[in-house]
Amino acid sequence: MTDLPILLQNLTSIQEQALAELESVQDEAGLQAWRTAHLGRSSAVMRVFSDLGKLSKEERPQVGQNANQVKLALEGAFNLRSDELRQAALQRSLQNERLDVTLPGRAPTLGSLHPATQNLREIYRVLGDMGFQVYRARDVESDEYNFELLNIPAHHPARDMWDTFHTLTPGVLLRTHTSPGQIHAMREYAPDPVRVILPGMCYRYEQISARSEIQFNQVEMLAIDKGITFGDLKGTLNDFARRLFGDEVRTRLRPSYFPFTEPSAEMDVECFVCGGKGCPICKGSGWLEILGCGMVHPTVLKNGGYDPAVYSGFAAGMGPERIAMLRYRITDIRYFWGNDVRFLEQF
Amino acid sequence: MNVPLSWLKDYIDIDLSLEELARALTMAGLEVDSVKVIGLPLPEGERHEFKYSGLAWDREKVVVAQIDEVMPHPNADRLVLCRLNDGLQEQVVLTGAPNLYDYKGQGPLPRPIKVAYAKEGAQIYDGHQPGQVLTTLKRAKIRGVESYSMVCSEKELGISEEHEGVIFLDDDAPTGMPLADYMGDAVFEISILPNMIRNASVLGVARELAAITGKPLRLPQRRLPADGPSVVGQVSIQIQDPAMNPRFVVGLLRGASARPSPYWVQRRLRLAGMRPINSIVDATNYVMLETGQPLHAFDYDHLRQRAHGQPPTIITRAAHPGEKLTTLDGVERNLDPFTTLVCDTEGALSIAGVMGGLESEVTPQSQTILLEGASWNFINVRRTVASQRLNSEAGYRFSRGIHPALAQEAVQLCLERMAAWSGGQIAADLVDAYPAPVVDPVVELPASEVQRVLGIELSAEEVAGLLRRLEFTCTVQGDIVTAQAPAHRLDIGEGVVGRADLLEEVARLYGYNNIPAVRLSASLPRQRRNPALEGEERLRDALVRAGLREVATYRMTTPEREARALPLGAVQAETPYVRLANPIASDRTVMRRSLLASVLEVVERNSRLRPRLAFFEIGPVFLPNPEAPLPAEPVRLALALSGARHIAAWDRPEAHAMDFFDLKGILEAAFNELHLSDVRFEPTQHPSFHPGKCALVRVGERVAGVAGELHPKVAEHYDFGAAPVLAAELDVAVLLSCIPARYEIQPVPVFPPVLEDIAVVVDEDLPAEKIEAVIRAAGGKLLTDVRLFDIYRGDKLGEGKKSMAYSLTYMAPDRTLTDQEATQIRQKVIRRLDQELGAKLRS
Repeated sequence: MTDLPILLQNLTSIQEQALAELESVQDEAGLQAWRTAHLGRSSAVMRVFSDLGKLSKEERPQVGQNANQVKLALEGAFNLRSDELRQAALQRSLQNERLDVTLPGRAPTLGSLHPATQNLREIYRVLGDMGFQVYRARDVESDEYNFELLNIPAHHPARDMWDTFHTLTPGVLLRTHTSPGQIHAMREYAPDPVRVILPGMCYRYEQISARSEIQFNQVEMLAIDKGITFGDLKGTLNDFARRLFGDEVRTRLRPSYFPFTEPSAEMDVECFVCGGKGCPICKGSGWLEILGCGMVHPTVLKNGGYDPAVYSGFAAGMGPERIAMLRYRITDIRYFWGNDVRFLEQF
Repeated sequence: MNVPLSWLKDYIDIDLSLEELARALTMAGLEVDSVKVIGLPLPEGERHEFKYSGLAWDREKVVVAQIDEVMPHPNADRLVLCRLNDGLQEQVVLTGAPNLYDYKGQGPLPRPIKVAYAKEGAQIYDGHQPGQVLTTLKRAKIRGVESYSMVCSEKELGISEEHEGVIFLDDDAPTGMPLADYMGDAVFEISILPNMIRNASVLGVARELAAITGKPLRLPQRRLPADGPSVVGQVSIQIQDPAMNPRFVVGLLRGASARPSPYWVQRRLRLAGMRPINSIVDATNYVMLETGQPLHAFDYDHLRQRAHGQPPTIITRAAHPGEKLTTLDGVERNLDPFTTLVCDTEGALSIAGVMGGLESEVTPQSQTILLEGASWNFINVRRTVASQRLNSEAGYRFSRGIHPALAQEAVQLCLERMAAWSGGQIAADLVDAYPAPVVDPVVELPASEVQRVLGIELSAEEVAGLLRRLEFTCTVQGDIVTAQAPAHRLDIGEGVVGRADLLEEVARLYGYNNIPAVRLSASLPRQRRNPALEGEERLRDALVRAGLREVATYRMTTPEREARALPLGAVQAETPYVRLANPIASDRTVMRRSLLASVLEVVERNSRLRPRLAFFEIGPVFLPNPEAPLPAEPVRLALALSGARHIAAWDRPEAHAMDFFDLKGILEAAFNELHLSDVRFEPTQHPSFHPGKCALVRVGERVAGVAGELHPKVAEHYDFGAAPVLAAELDVAVLLSCIPARYEIQPVPVFPPVLEDIAVVVDEDLPAEKIEAVIRAAGGKLLTDVRLFDIYRGDKLGEGKKSMAYSLTYMAPDRTLTDQEATQIRQKVIRRLDQELGAKLRS
């Protein structure tokens, strides 16, 4: 027979003492020790449970209920304290674990595409969106395709426009432009309409200097169909320029001469560096010359297998390295084939 | 072509600013490269579309003055004192100009000398310094005489480089007038397009300007102001091949005497880029610049002498085999049989249309001048110019085509100018041989063609109106314009070509920038794939992802450079190359055959720059084809690695140097991306590579190329770092041909795998490939992955043995495997390894 009030009083003091001890717990180890001491199998409150059997039937429910309340209170307090301590620990670690974020990062071993490839791909993408597909042709070409079929007969003064590398095989040369591809493509497509991009390495017999190279990429576009006009040429080039240089860029055409187009023109775009106000890149003029173009010459159409009275078309050609030089302010064209990593790494 | 504005104004009124004029010319196809200002104010403001240079003359401080007397300097022989009137006052000016010495001590000059005079404070160029250095005139004492102003040379005023003496202006120059008003000028440097040679003259540019601006053109008079006996009978002309020489016109000037040309003539010649010689030669050059027709002056008396006192016969003919001629520049030239010559009965006088002969040249003593104006086949002249490497103003023009009508007009004009500047009597008439008269083409252009090709709607009348501004003779019938080209241009063709030529002229005068831009409305052609390009680009991306930098090298090289990629003994002497006939440098003589050699040069170039080098290039090589003139151009992939596997960091030291297996891993990763199956690396021998570290790369049955560590004897040909160089050269077409058209993926597993390691001891020379093949075959479908994770060699294993440790993954697609099943597979694997390879499980 026990004294019920004493039992209940005892439970209250168990709770008070445990909570008081919990206050002073400061770490995970202390927390676990506290739990063993106050909620473990041999803790005071659990002993009350295990001793319930010794109580009278009348006392049992009330003591049990009270003990349960104490247990719940202690568990609640434990969880709360545990949370507090975890938060405090996190806070401490956040404060202590500080990096010098200005230390250099560890470099991954990255590769890169050559800038010429990047330029070509950009042009393929833009022109591809406009329905032009890449058609490639050979580097070592016949005089016939490089000149004659393009309306540049032997000894014609227009040949002075191209300083040519010849091979020891008569009539075989290094193409001076991608235009032989016009004939290759037309002869393959005729009489279907043509809309192709002609990219590739071209060669000119020129002293290598910061401004001129013996080899360079060229990209041409060629469109042949019934009813293609000079207005279409302008519209297509305007769209092309906007995609490449910005939605607001202005363009203009100046009359020019190429034997394989007529009318022929040079296209200038408003300087994308200064917006046309004049700067060192555009040499103060506000304009940058970026491509040559024109309506395909009737002789070339005929040589390609199209009747010039029925079909018309346009061609336009540009030097992607030259455009890249303007864009990235590359001062020396020799960088492109020099392959110095200090150049390549910048793209 | 350098065109002085003042000269242009002889033929057309111009009220445009310099900038407007330059733009108008440029937008008509006469591209202005730069504008050199002579004395006039430079355009103001920051932004100019064109490049300007030059010196503006202060209107107050730089004026026309007259020297009334030249007096000796009291203390210096090489200096003179000039009594000079600048229109406001008289003063004494000190100068050292040698061309004033002659007048020293003559007392007051009967005819004052007109000069360009710069006063104190004027800004001019320093005549004694090379180039153009600005200086401001200040008061100074020279040898005891005060000096504060200057009588100027052309160099000091920025007109030319001429500094031999001061300028003597023409006598009619008004004393006191600001010099800028008297002879301020601007020179437009114009690039002449090959089809616009008609504009390589001041008149030609004026003509174009008249078409653009609509202002009337003032042509010089076309009548011969003859005052002497006729030339007819004094000379005869024989043209042997009219196709080569359609026209030959001569006129005669008697009693001329060569002297300095008037100053304005000399100035214009210099501004146009030619050197004044004397009034006879200058007249031919002046009229060439004026009209575009090159002219040639012969000493008639000399020709007559050669003809033994008879009237000479001019013969134009092709050069005889072995014929030689010494030209004006003093060079004896071996003539090509296609070259046309101007000859007399005694022999060659000049190379037609290109350069005169030294012997028949006019001299300052020549009195009777036979003036030639001819037209020549332009293709033939160009061949001669190219063959003789002889550039001349005449050759430049004739090789692009000069209309025969100009020959007669220019001869008349030149005789008139020559007589005016040299004195003498112009013989009446011309002797004109014109066996092949040009028929100016007549082209029909329907207005509908303008719509079809240019996309602008113009009536036939409007089209004709534009062409008439360019002096085409046009008639209109319904929709059709019939236009005849004017008699000063040869660039208009016949038929459909002529039509295109006219369309260009219509577009040009209408203004390219006035033609509306429209979006291509033609239907999209059938789209085609380009598998070769797509494959190459995928390969590029795969290699870049594997950490390689793409390079792009010169496609020209030398056999010697490519031989560096082979050991000395392995170089074959007679490797066929695509060889250049005209290499530009001794290190670029052939088209490359080896892409690897090029990429190795890139490694060499960068060997000291970065600890890790990893490069590749994809591009063609050029293999001569004995059966055909054009070479094969197969596309190759070359890659080269050297140095650290990864880049060092502040807490991570540099990694080991890359070896064969880095190269192989990169290739395998790239091949995986292309979904190439059945790729094998087989031991092989190749002279460029280490005999024990070289593999043949086989895709299916095809050989793609070779990969390995560079042979030490090859590596020593290059300036590489210490680390080995790993390299490969592969045929891209072979790789791409093995890409499957489609591939299927495996479902993502839903049941857990069972992982297990085994190690087996095998003979040292057993290839790993075989062990893995046996494991996979034994493991069957449930063995989903086999990964080698360790190789161990040691005393415990015994000599000639190695232990290979594999991590095996078992997995079933439809259930969780039991331990029992896993054990069964394992036992089968171990048994088969033992049976087939004698491999023992390592305990």
